[in-house]
Amino acid sequence: MTARLTAREITLRYGDRVVSTRLSLDVPDGAFTAIVGPNGCGKSTLLRAFVRLLRPDGGHVELDGREVGDYPAKALAKQLGFLPQDPQAPDDIKVRQLVGRGRFPYQSLLALWSKQDEEAVTGAMAAAGVTDLADRPVQELSGGQRQRVWMAMVLAQQTPYLLLDEPTSFLDITHQYQLLGLLATLRDQGRTVIAVLHDINQACRFADHLVAMKDGRVAAEGDPTDIVDAALIKDVFDLPSVIVPDPVTDTPMVVPTLQGE
Amino acid sequence: MSALGIAGWRVERRTVVLFAVLVALMLALGLTGLCYGTSWSTPREVFAVLSGAEPSVVIWDWRMPRVLAALVFGAALGVSGALFQNLTRNPMGSPDVIGLDAGAYTGALVAITVLSGTSAQLAVGSVLGGLVVAAVIYLLSYDRGFSGLRLVVIGIAVNAMVTAVNSWIVLRADLEVAIAAVGWSAGSLNGVGWDDLGIPFTVIAVLLALMATRAHAMHQASLGDAIAVTTGVGLDRLRLLMVLVGVGCTATVTAVAGPIAFIALAAPQIGRRLAGAAGVPLLPAALTGAVLLQGADLIAQMLLAPVALPVGVVSTAIGGCYLIWLLTKEVGRA
Repeated sequence: MTARLTAREITLRYGDRVVSTRLSLDVPDGAFTAIVGPNGCGKSTLLRAFVRLLRPDGGHVELDGREVGDYPAKALAKQLGFLPQDPQAPDDIKVRQLVGRGRFPYQSLLALWSKQDEEAVTGAMAAAGVTDLADRPVQELSGGQRQRVWMAMVLAQQTPYLLLDEPTSFLDITHQYQLLGLLATLRDQGRTVIAVLHDINQACRFADHLVAMKDGRVAAEGDPTDIVDAALIKDVFDLPSVIVPDPVTDTPMVVPTLQGE
Repeated sequence: MSALGIAGWRVERRTVVLFAVLVALMLALGLTGLCYGTSWSTPREVFAVLSGAEPSVVIWDWRMPRVLAALVFGAALGVSGALFQNLTRNPMGSPDVIGLDAGAYTGALVAITVLSGTSAQLAVGSVLGGLVVAAVIYLLSYDRGFSGLRLVVIGIAVNAMVTAVNSWIVLRADLEVAIAAVGWSAGSLNGVGWDDLGIPFTVIAVLLALMATRAHAMHQASLGDAIAVTTGVGLDRLRLLMVLVGVGCTATVTAVAGPIAFIALAAPQIGRRLAGAAGVPLLPAALTGAVLLQGADLIAQMLLAPVALPVGVVSTAIGGCYLIWLLTKEVGRA
């Protein structure tokens, strides 16, 4: 396993609140990595450190051996695409315009809109299934449609890395699976996907590499089939469960044993 | 698809039409301003003066500087408003509402009362006053992050306090100085001449040119901090530039014409709605600001003719109604 993107012994904090101490993680190249864990365990914080929205207080976040903080802004933006949990669109922006904003790293004062930009936007809208919405104002869309539009914006950025913070959260179940399928396809095309996911079973089904976090540290990581067992789920989520093979993919499926009081 | 490609720029047809209309309106109002006075001039006379065929002190030395000042200052105020509305992500976050005009005016008052009040001192005093108020508001509203609404609310309070300080300075000043200061306190273009405009126009031109090169990044920043940073916007430097240009424009106008309120508040929002644009873009704000200030100045001159009102009285009367409407709408949304 090779990893271009790594975190080495990083300490992450918001003001006085320490989230993670001396956390290390290698992101396997060309794989689909899913990060799971209970609320507030530091999943999103770790993702923000990778895309340098949060500067680690000690330790190193590196891409190709170079500190991500040392990259010029647009150079890093051509490598790492990021979708936060609740992005806000400007008033009155149309879908095509918003998707076009993903092309910012490729544009300069003298070359504002190129043919490659146009193609990237068209391709990204098709991949995310929002072509039909192109001329609609984003604020008029449903939560699920909006989420797919943002996904298209990040795809238009054409980065080898996609870091997504709970990309399925506003989607109905059909669109959740469609989005995860899209991420798997992108992985097959050679991109590296890192997604914070809420649903452990979806993570087990789609991810090549599962990272289970608890209290700001990595509790376990590896192929879901190798690492997911009842003891891990009990440890990380404090949830008693039995693990059965997923009838469709044979990957581990967590079935909680709680049945109410 | 109603988009035109011009030298790599992607421009909506509606935007092009709007610019043409606003520029035409600017020129028409400007021409009216050159014609209007205690004695009307015909457009033919005005064009004769403009082409240099005929000399006219009234048109060239009295009316022309005033019209140019209204157009350029209006544009500068419009841009300044758009910059702060972008920074705060709030339509109420404009320099006049959050006290930057009042702060620049304090700086100018100090320059007049304590120093000798040369135009250079006025300019420097205004810019410093504006920057100090901007820094105070920023420090008071910063709490582990940056909230536009919090900044606006604190700015409104700071504005009230700074306005009180201004009254105090005027009351303590010598009678002559106080009278001059009060006449100027509403924001007025009365008596603006060519000598007053050289430095301010140069400063505004430089600031606007500087900002124009970063307008694309500013629009990108309207996607929120996270996506702005991860798509390659150098956010800290951009913000600093926006504050400096915004305060610079407001303070420069204040140094010459006093605190003209509400152009900066209203122009960006009107321009944005006319253009049907995403976010709060700069160019529609600049053009709308120019049209608004020149229009307001014409009304100010005509309302109680032959006495010319300070233009700030007119812009405040119109803008006050707009602010009430905006407040009810924003409170309803929050």
